[in-house]
Amino acid sequence: MAETKMPVERPLSPHLLIYRWPVTMVMSIVHRITGAGLYFGTLLVAWWMIAAAAGPNAYSTFAAFMNSYFGRLILFGYTWALLHHMLGGVRHLIWDVGHGFSAAERERLSWATAIGSVSLTVILWVLGYLVMGGSH
Amino acid sequence: MVAGKLSTPLSRVRGLGAAKTGTETFWRQRVTAVANVPLAIAFVVIVVSLLGRNHAAAAQILGSPLIAIIMLLFIASITTHMRIGMKEIIEDYVHEEPARAILLMGNIFFTLAVALASAYGILRLSFGVFGV
Repeated sequence: MAETKMPVERPLSPHLLIYRWPVTMVMSIVHRITGAGLYFGTLLVAWWMIAAAAGPNAYSTFAAFMNSYFGRLILFGYTWALLHHMLGGVRHLIWDVGHGFSAAERERLSWATAIGSVSLTVILWVLGYLVMGGSH
Repeated sequence: MVAGKLSTPLSRVRGLGAAKTGTETFWRQRVTAVANVPLAIAFVVIVVSLLGRNHAAAAQILGSPLIAIIMLLFIASITTHMRIGMKEIIEDYVHEEPARAILLMGNIFFTLAVALASAYGILRLSFGVFGV
C-alpha cells in the first residue's frame, strides 16, 4: 500500500467569527430567532382561546399564569418578538419591492428595526399598565 | 429558472422549469406577511383592551362578531406564515433523515393543531356557549 502523506495544514479562509458583526446580519439572525419564538408563542394564544371557551375556572388558571412574574416575562418577550418580527418583515417587504438596497439605507433600516421594536415594546407596556389602572 | 439555449421559446415565455411550480410558497409568505401587519396590530389592541378583565367580559368581547372574525383571520394568517417560516428553518439546518422528514411533518401537525384549537375556542365563544 502506498504511503499516505499527512495533509499540509493550510490556512482556512476567514469566517464569520473574526469579523465585527454588521447590524444587517444581526437583524437577519434576530428576525429568524423572533420568528421561531413567536411560533411557539402561539401556544399561549391557543391556550387563551381554549381557556376562554372552557369557562371561568380554566380562564382564571390562564390569567393567573399570565399575571405571574414568569408569565409577564414571557408576555414581555412575546411583545418584543412580535414587534421586532413585524418591523423586520416590513423591512423585507421594502426590499421585496426593490427599495432600500444602498449601504446607508440597509444600515438605517436595520437600526430602525432594532430601536423601533424596543421603543414600541416599552410604550405598549406602559400603555398596558395604564389600561390596568396601575392595579398590578 | 434557467432558460438556456435548449429550451423552446414557449417554455421560456412560460417561465417555468421542469417542476412547473415553485413560487407559491414564496408568494404565500408575502401575502400572509402583509396580512399579518394589520391583524397583529388588531390582536395587540384586543389583548391590551382585555387586560385584567374577568372571564365573562373576555368571553363576551372575544365572541362578538367583529372581534371573533379578526381573531380567526389573525389565526389563519399567522399559522400559515409560521408553517412556511419553520419549514424554511428546518430545511436550512436539518439535513439528516429521518429527522428532517419527522420535523417537517411535525411542523405541519403543530401549526394545524394551533390553528384549529384557537379557531375552535373562538367559534365556541362566538356561537354562545355562555349565553351572551
